[in-house]
Parts: sequence; C-alpha cells; structure tokens
Amino acid sequence: MDSVRQRPVLDVSGLPSVAFGRSNTTWLANVFYMMIEGTMFALLFASYFYLRTRTSSWPPIQAPPNVGYGIANGIVFLLSLIPARYAQKVAPTGNRGKIQLALAGLAVFAIVNMVLRGFELANLNCRWYENAYGSIVWSLIGLHTGHLITEFLETATLLGVSFTPKMEGTRLADVAINSDYWYFVVVSAVLVDFLIYGTTRFL
Amino acid sequence: MNMALSEQIVIPQGNAELRLARTWDQPRGFWGWFTNVHHTAIGVRFMVTSFIFFLLGGVLAAMMRLQLSRPENGVLGPDLYNQVFTVHGSTMIFLFAVPMMFQGFGVYLVPLICGTRNIAFPRLNAFSYYLYVVGGLLLWVGLLKTGADAGWFSYVPLSGPEFTPGKRSDFWAQMITFTEVSALGVAICIATTILRQRAPGMTLNRMPIILWEKLVISMAVIFAMPAVMVVSSMLLMDRTINTQFFNPSVGGDVLLYQHLFWFFGHPEVYIIFLPGTAIVSTLVPVFTRRHIFGYIPIVTSVVATAFLGFGVWVHHMFATGLPQMSESFFTAASLMIVVPTAVQFYCWLATMWHGRLQLKLPMLWVFGFFFVFLIGGLSGVMLASVPVDWQVHDTFFVVAHFHYVLIGGALFPMFGGLYFWIPKITGRMMNDFLGKLHFWLFFIGFNVTFFTMHFLGLRGMPRRVYTYTPEMHWGGLNMLASGGALIMVAGVIVFLLNFFQSRATGRLAGSNPWAAGSLEWAVPSPPPHYNFLELPTVNGREAVWDALPNQPIVTGVRDDIPEVLVTNSLDSEPQHKDELPGPSIWPFLTSIAVSIAFIWSIFSPWGIAYGAIPVVITLIGWLWPRGHSPAPRLETRMEGTWTR
Repeated sequence: MDSVRQRPVLDVSGLPSVAFGRSNTTWLANVFYMMIEGTMFALLFASYFYLRTRTSSWPPIQAPPNVGYGIANGIVFLLSLIPARYAQKVAPTGNRGKIQLALAGLAVFAIVNMVLRGFELANLNCRWYENAYGSIVWSLIGLHTGHLITEFLETATLLGVSFTPKMEGTRLADVAINSDYWYFVVVSAVLVDFLIYGTTRFL
Repeated sequence: MNMALSEQIVIPQGNAELRLARTWDQPRGFWGWFTNVHHTAIGVRFMVTSFIFFLLGGVLAAMMRLQLSRPENGVLGPDLYNQVFTVHGSTMIFLFAVPMMFQGFGVYLVPLICGTRNIAFPRLNAFSYYLYVVGGLLLWVGLLKTGADAGWFSYVPLSGPEFTPGKRSDFWAQMITFTEVSALGVAICIATTILRQRAPGMTLNRMPIILWEKLVISMAVIFAMPAVMVVSSMLLMDRTINTQFFNPSVGGDVLLYQHLFWFFGHPEVYIIFLPGTAIVSTLVPVFTRRHIFGYIPIVTSVVATAFLGFGVWVHHMFATGLPQMSESFFTAASLMIVVPTAVQFYCWLATMWHGRLQLKLPMLWVFGFFFVFLIGGLSGVMLASVPVDWQVHDTFFVVAHFHYVLIGGALFPMFGGLYFWIPKITGRMMNDFLGKLHFWLFFIGFNVTFFTMHFLGLRGMPRRVYTYTPEMHWGGLNMLASGGALIMVAGVIVFLLNFFQSRATGRLAGSNPWAAGSLEWAVPSPPPHYNFLELPTVNGREAVWDALPNQPIVTGVRDDIPEVLVTNSLDSEPQHKDELPGPSIWPFLTSIAVSIAFIWSIFSPWGIAYGAIPVVITLIGWLWPRGHSPAPRLETRMEGTWTR
C-alpha cells in the first residue's frame, strides 16, 4: 500500500539527460585526468632540466636528435586539431555521418602521427641506456607516445560505436570530450618537441 | 522548464521505494561480489581491507619491538629486520593510512553527505579498489623471501640495481604504481561527486567541512601522486631496462630521486592527516551541540595546509648538503604550516568553549588527537630547524615525531570516526565500556612507546638498526617502549572484540543515534542501495539541523534507471540528470589485466607491451555501451533557476 504524504518539491523532471561542455561530469573527470597527466609531464620536464645541471654539455656525448621528423610530426599534430574541433562541433547535432567523418579523420591523423613517431624514435641519436640524458629523452617521448596510442584507441573505439545504434545520448558527449583530450595530446607534443629538438640545440 | 518549487504535491511512497530498490539493487553471491559498484560496498571494502593491512603492519611493528626490547636480541636477523621495517612503513602509509582515511571514509561517506545515490564513475571506483588489493598482495607475497628491504621510501643508490639485486625493490616500486593509480581513480570519483552531485541548496558556502577536506585532498592526490609514480617508474626502469636516471657516473643523480619522492611524500603527510582533522571538525560540533566556530577560517586553513604542503618537501633533505639559502627558505615554509593548523585548533577550542560538551566515546578520541598531535606538532617545529634536524636526523627522535604526527593525526581521529560511523555502516552501536577501555589502553600504550623514543633518539640511537650492544645503555628505554607496544596491541584486540560483538548483539542504532547534522544521518542505518528514498534539498551547513519543518524534496529523477541529479559546482543549482552505470564484471577483469601487465613488467620489459593487449580488450569491454539509455535530450542550457 502506498503511503501518501504532502510536501513541497523541487521538480527536476524537465531537465535534460545529456549535457555537453563544462556541466558534463565526464568532461570534469577528463580535466582531472589531464591535470594528472600534465603533472607527470611537468615533473619529467623538471627532471630534464635538473639532469641538464649534472653535465657540462647537453647532450653530453651524443648529437642532438635529427629535427626533420620532429617538425613534420609537429605540423601533423597541429593540423589534426581541425578534425578534432570538427568532431566537437558536430557531436551535439547527433549527425551520424558527420561524426563518423570527423572521427575517421582524427583516427587517420593519429595513425600518421604514430608512423612519424616511429621515425622520430629512430632518429633521436641516443639510446635510453647510454646515459641519463638518453633516459630522460626516451622517457619524455615514450610517455607522450603512450598518450598518442591511448588516444588513437579511444578514437577508434568511438568510431566503432558510431556505426551502432548506441551512438546517442552520453556517447555524443564522449565524442566532444575525446577532442578535448586530443588537444591535450597536441599541446604536450609541442612542449615535448621543444624540449627534445629545441633545448638540445641551445642549452 | 518546470523547475520552480511546487507546493503540496502528493508523493506515492511505497511504489517508489520498490522501484528504487529494484533499480539500485546490487548482485549478491560469489560472482555478485565482483560486479558490485555501489559506493557503500566499495567504501566498506576499502575500510576493511585497509584495516586488515593495519593489523598486518602492526604485527610487523610488534616483531620489531620484540627484537629491540633487549640488546643483542636474536628474534630477527638483519635481513629479515630490514624487510620487516620496510614492509611495515610501506604498509602503514600506502596500504593503510591513505586507503582508510581518504578512500575508505571518502568513498563511503561523500555520496551520502552530498545527498546523492551513488558516487560518480562507480565502475572506476570499483576498479580502483581491486588494483589496491593486488598492490597490497604484491608487497606482502614478497615478504620473507623477496620482501622490499630498502625502507618505505627506498632511496637510491641503496634500492638501485647495484646494491639491491634481485626483485625486492621492483616489487616495492610496482606496489606504488598499483596503490597510486587506485588513489588517483578514487580522487577523480570523489572530486567529481562533490563538485557535481551535491544536493540542491548545498552551495560551496554550506558544504560540510569534511566535503571541503575530501575535495582538497583529491586535488592534493591529483598533483602529488604523479610524482611518486614517476620516481618509482624511474627506479623500476633503472633496474629493469638499464636507464641511468640515478647513476652519477653517466649524468644521473641520486638526489633527483629524493626531490621527486618528497614532492609526493610531504603532501602525502597532509593527505593522511587532513582527513583526520576533517573528522575532528565533524565530531566537535556534534558533541558540543552547536555549529562549528570559524567555518571559513577552517576551510581556508585546510586549503592553505594542502597548498603549503607542496612547498616544504626539501625539509626531508636537510642532511643532503643543500645550499644554505634553500635550507632557510624551506625552514620558513615548514614553520608556516603551524599557522593554519593552529587556526583549526583554536576554532575547535572555541566551538567547545561555547558549546555543550558531551564527552561520548568518539569525542574521547578527539581529545586523544588534541594531546598526541600537539606533541607531534611541537617536535615538528623543532625538526623544521636545520641544526636540530642535523643533530637528530635518522634517529629514533624522528621515529617518535612522525608516529606522533601520523598516529595522532590519523589513527586517533580514525578510531573516533569509526566509533561515530560504524553505527551507520552496520546499523548497530559499539559497546561504550569496551570502547573506553580500548581508548585508554591505546592512549597509554602509544605514549609509553613513542614518547620514550624521543629520549632514545636524543641518546643517539639510530633508526633502522636491527640490534644494539649493552654498552649503549639503550636497553631500559627500549624495553619500556616494547612494553607500551604490548599495551597498544591489547587495545586493538579490545576494539576487534567490540566490533564483532557489536555486529552480533549490538544495540540497534536507528538512523541518527548521535543526533548529528549531516545528510548521512537522514537515511536508515545501514543505508539502502538507493541511499535516499526522497532526494533532499539543503538549507544550511548542517543539513539535518537546519532543515525547514517542511524542507522541500527533489522529484523528477527517474527511479526505473540509476539516475542522479547533477548540480553545478558553486551553487549546486540543478543542471541535468545523469544515468550512472550499473553492476559490471568489467572493472574487475580490467584490474586483473592491468595487474598482469604491471607484474609482468617486473620480470620483462615486454610485459607492458604484451600485457597492454588484454588491458585494451577489457577496457573496450568496459566502455562499450550496452543496455538501455535515457532518451537523448539535447538541451544544454537551463532556462530558469531554482530559488528557494
């Protein structure tokens, strides 16, 4: 038997069940993830400069990394912002074709980034076991490569979901949030590039 | 938008209760255990597991006190002693203090105090628990044969490949990875819950202090834990794939390890002790029957302490030969911590001064905290001074200091908190006489053990020695300290007896046995899986005390799917509704896959590469959408706002 009570109420039945942007809870969690990963990058950057003070020249014995593939990959990273931003714009519309186009474009860029990253690794002119310089350079680029691969897998998974009826509601918000994380990957790529290819030439 | 307060709406309760119970039900039985994602279940698991690790760490402490009770004692050899003090410290910090004070209390209490039905990202929360358990087992399985033996902070070069061959330090380093990933996952869940799922009306200015503290600590975890993950990974890579971070002959530096470790390590002290102060800030108003004095100064102090905590790490390194300017700066920074801590003390005293003090069992532990933590703070002021630090560095004086701070700052409030909240968790009261007996045994035993250690330190006894000769004349004080430890053990046994007796025959608690003011006391004890039958609104800092006679409730949140109300961070204005994921085996399977990759990496660098494959598969399984989904409503902005 239902008991019946009377009380003033705050009726929220008219509120939406999906939110885009800052009010989305996953958006906030994504910011926290970026804070965690950003702190890890910052600590590795600090370690890089700390280790610089331990030797008289930088790089200590090796030649600086070959800059060509680094610049090429940097440009590809910057260009990849276009499909990332496009994905973020079309996600709230729920337009499946446009979402698939944006995610596929982003995934292709990520694949090019990974291939170029392979060439970058082959042209660092140092190995991680040679000295502390080699260790920190490989750690920096390794940490970033981990993010790159993770982000590619996430984009590919969302692309897979977009071919099912499940691409609706909160999944649309996930597409927009995925682009935020890609921006983080691009910004950290530029910073890592500056350290590895830039500071090794003037520090 | 239908958001205005409506008057006198009829609410059919019985059906709603049944629907909610069905919607939020968690699977039972053996397999059900691995799929449960409700915060009360996971919170209790964190508490119970961390308490078991506390008991295990306590056994190791007792073994050390037995060994040191007499000069040239032969209970433990040097190798085993090294493992015992390392695993004791690592257990108490990484497997007990943080998982109990932050994760355990946080996961259980935060959603209840916020007035919501589950924690944000419940599967991430469950995943974090499983990782924590595996990390703990990893450290303990290694004990005796491959137990970590380079101290709880495992300094290089001692823990490096040259001086600790074998796998001992690798086990320690990966235990760190497990526990820190766990803490980071929970920090995200807790911070998001606090910022997005508070009941309407619980503005930032009305948020209970314990929520402020959990939010601040979540931020501290987010910024501090990456440091220890970075440094333990560097150590592991130096040991397994021959990186050279800490090898001075090729440009590495051992002090880099200390900088990174203590950049985590000092905030960690506050991650452990600020939850203790938050428990005190919760208990003092309840047992003085008034609102807390100095809400804003206390909140400011909590924020300031966590903030300053990131600027004092070098005071752990005064004996490493730093420049004098650096030593002076970090001395001053360390002394500044006294200010916000003292502000909190004065606010508690003022609350008691103007309130009607009820010296009930939880409050007894608060007074124990005042006494013990004050002594720890005073010896901390002494140690912040470089000359004193140099004199007593690595002696038992330091051991005494940090046990006063950590046991005083965490364990005393923890027991106070357990006596306070166990009636909520189990639905039964603890025995008052046994609780008081526990307190006095523990309080006396603790002070006999650790106050004595100040004198041992001042007489030059170094920490981490497995024995000493009779000529040092340390035998008497050591015997006294060991006797005190025995009394502490007796106290903990009394607590366990009390707990099990309470579970079996304790008096039924009812929903609010202490007549307390926060929202967890507005639900039955133990809470049902949907937490709140009627989602509350809040009218003041103590939601239950300050509720209007006809305080509105929230309607319009669906009860046929696990839906929660999402509010904004500052004013807790309703923004939208969110469906939370339900029970799932995938967090457990993912934690197993991640564990295999982490443990494999100890033995082969390819472990991470090959181990990543099942991790990716399980993650896709976890994240792949299935089941029903709320009909998409794409309005992103609310037209009106609710005003009371």
